[in-house]
Amino acid sequence: MKYLFIAAGILSAQAVAAETPELTVYTYDSFVADWGPGPQVEAAFEATCGCDLKLIGVEDGAALLARVRLEGVRSEADVVLGLDTNLTTAAAATGLFAEHSVEAEYDLPVAWDDPVFVPFDWGYFAFVHNADVTAPANFRALAESDAKIVIQDPRSSTPGLGLLLWVKAAYGEDAPEVWEGLSDNVVTVTKGWSEAYGLFLEGEADMVLSYTTSPAYHLIAEDDPTKAAAVFDEGNYMQVEVAAKLAATDQPELADQFLAFMVSDAFQSIIPTTNWMYPAVTPAGGLPDGFDTLAQPGKALLLTADEAALARDAALDEWLTALSQ
Amino acid sequence: MADRAQPVSTRWGLGAAALVAALIFGTLVAVAMRAEEGSGLSSSDWAALRFTLVQAVLSAAISVGLAIPVARALARRRFKGRQVLITLMGAPFILPVIVAILGLLEVFGRAGWVSAGLGLIGLPPVRIYGLHGVVLAHVFFNLPLATRLILQGWQEIPAERFRLAAQLGFGARAMLWRIEVPMLRRVVPGVLAVIFAICMTSFAVALTLGGGPKATTVELAIYQAFRFDFDLGRAALLSGVQLVLTGGAALLALRAATGAGFGGGQDRMVHRWDGRGRGARALDFSSIALGAAFLLLPLTAVVLSGLKGLSDLPIQVFSSALISVGVALVSMVLTLLLALPMAVAVALGRDKIGEAAGILGLAASPLVIGTGLFIIIFPFANPTTLALPVTALVNAVMALPFAVRILVPRARQVVVQYTRLSLSLGMVGWPFIRRVLLPRMRAQIGFTAGLAAALSMGDLGVIALFADPEVATLPLQVFRLMGSYQTDAAAGAALILLVLSMGIFWALDRGGRWHAEA
Repeated sequence: MKYLFIAAGILSAQAVAAETPELTVYTYDSFVADWGPGPQVEAAFEATCGCDLKLIGVEDGAALLARVRLEGVRSEADVVLGLDTNLTTAAAATGLFAEHSVEAEYDLPVAWDDPVFVPFDWGYFAFVHNADVTAPANFRALAESDAKIVIQDPRSSTPGLGLLLWVKAAYGEDAPEVWEGLSDNVVTVTKGWSEAYGLFLEGEADMVLSYTTSPAYHLIAEDDPTKAAAVFDEGNYMQVEVAAKLAATDQPELADQFLAFMVSDAFQSIIPTTNWMYPAVTPAGGLPDGFDTLAQPGKALLLTADEAALARDAALDEWLTALSQ
Repeated sequence: MADRAQPVSTRWGLGAAALVAALIFGTLVAVAMRAEEGSGLSSSDWAALRFTLVQAVLSAAISVGLAIPVARALARRRFKGRQVLITLMGAPFILPVIVAILGLLEVFGRAGWVSAGLGLIGLPPVRIYGLHGVVLAHVFFNLPLATRLILQGWQEIPAERFRLAAQLGFGARAMLWRIEVPMLRRVVPGVLAVIFAICMTSFAVALTLGGGPKATTVELAIYQAFRFDFDLGRAALLSGVQLVLTGGAALLALRAATGAGFGGGQDRMVHRWDGRGRGARALDFSSIALGAAFLLLPLTAVVLSGLKGLSDLPIQVFSSALISVGVALVSMVLTLLLALPMAVAVALGRDKIGEAAGILGLAASPLVIGTGLFIIIFPFANPTTLALPVTALVNAVMALPFAVRILVPRARQVVVQYTRLSLSLGMVGWPFIRRVLLPRMRAQIGFTAGLAAALSMGDLGVIALFADPEVATLPLQVFRLMGSYQTDAAAGAALILLVLSMGIFWALDRGGRWHAEA
């Protein structure tokens, strides 16, 4: 019954801390991992807010939204951090989120004026490959090559959905034809990013759908320069990760304070080497060494949140049809 | 038969079955009631259903088909390292899915050992991705379980039968038709049902090795309904279909399990006089060698990549390991508390109820149980603080079908053999349980406990739905490491998980193994 003691310990610790206000932030699981941004963010915010920041990890972005929808207005969460623009239309439609008051000079390749969602980091999707092979220059060249790729299922994975919208944004009505061309390149489709990346590292495929920032991890954390990301000439699709305040929060000021902190240097300088994404606002110290070596797409693609929500279901049908043959 | 005098009451068993059913249907109803708008089943859902059924039937049939010769060989032979081999063979079953897949791919993948070997003699690499890949992986996961369950069937044949068979001069054919086939007819349907149920809820294995959306299973469709469409009604509907199909198949299988059994013996050591011919020995040798190679090669791959990662393990892995052991032990106790009374109830004639409730634990979608529990708990308490107890409970319910399968045959034997004697001595209730039942079920209880604990250790389960940053289980930690590029450290943590699970399994299983050994 060991865990009961642990639970009891947590509860009593909470009772002691009851005088300091508590801010509960729901985020995706890898954010709260010990090697993720969570612990550093918590320490930095608690140093200034006079509060207790509680980060709760919930699988991934889609699970995060599902969790908030399940809990509704009675949710303990004050802030949700980790949705992306493919989810924000559905999230806004729940009416559970409130407008923010953050003003910042974002370093995003696209203009940002969403009244509810505040971006905290972003990245380009890209196929990651071994640096010693020449990658194809676009999806059509990839389809004609015999390069093998591993991708994620859009129904269960955020990058998988990103790829779906990438092809849609780049090719519009020709998307089904592109997918048919790609179908013999796809070795397999995985549930999530981890499985796909693991398969790639095992040598099961030549390329894996990931981010242009992935080689930075290998370079900076492992001193391994052998991974590269392919820039496609039709443009690389972006992922912008956002946070928002819940309308039913009992700590509205603290939540606003957290969102403002989120776009400040203290938070933004933690992001690159823990979340391995670009910060939404480049901190004064610039990006860490190694980020300058990363591939720079010539063109950034991103459907607006509403376009993405509209395109999603039809794009999924096209994908399923093309790859199920 | 309820009015017949019985040494123990079936009340507890029926109560446990009712509890399990309440948990499974309660969570399903909770999800359905939270549904807002919803759609019925689409054509792609039906396609998913077809694929799920086909792969589950194939996986169950092939796993059991291959397990029979391996179990037969292990039952007939005694050799050095036999027990170690039997324990090690159980490993695939308790590994986190993704770790096992990576191990399997290191052997059978495009860049795997087999492909490399083929490359040396100028052949193209194996094509693992497709229906055959899904079935291969499911056989890898379930062959050990099937082997253990069928082996147990052999071990439960009383020693006296073999002695009699030897005295009567049974040849191989007579042995087969008089002793082995009747045993298999009793044991195999239940094993088929359990493996079919496991494969019905497969998701990551089927998708990854299936090579694309053709290999969509019902569980993925449920996941999609939750995450992609937030259509709780459809999720509940799909889960209901899954339950009905699995439950139906299980009942069919259990009805097919026929034969009166072998009655009791005097718990003597089993001694075999058959299978001494050269042909039989060669057959047994090759069955064991092939089975062991198939299961142990991917495991070796897991160990090898794990050793590389041991040096850069973050410290949190060790606290997570402690938490996982705690959860596993609690889950094991819960499993036994539920399974033993259910097994006794089944043995006393309330078979269908107990066995069906047992199977349902596997047929239910973990995602639906987790979400349902979340919906039920949320109004009363913060589900995050209950993450570990909930994980232990759900793991126990998932282990229940195996537990019931393991415990029932022996419980039946004991009841058949000792009821009259115990009743005439007035040994009913607790004295019967303590003096007669439990001592004779030691082997099965040990095996059940080991399996339940190991399963719970390896299962990512519902913890991800409830995760609290301070209390992560080891499988969750492995997954977190993989999700943050730290593949080597993840492999190292997986190795620790493997060693701990096997250690617990071995210790508990060994506690009860005395009677099986020569």
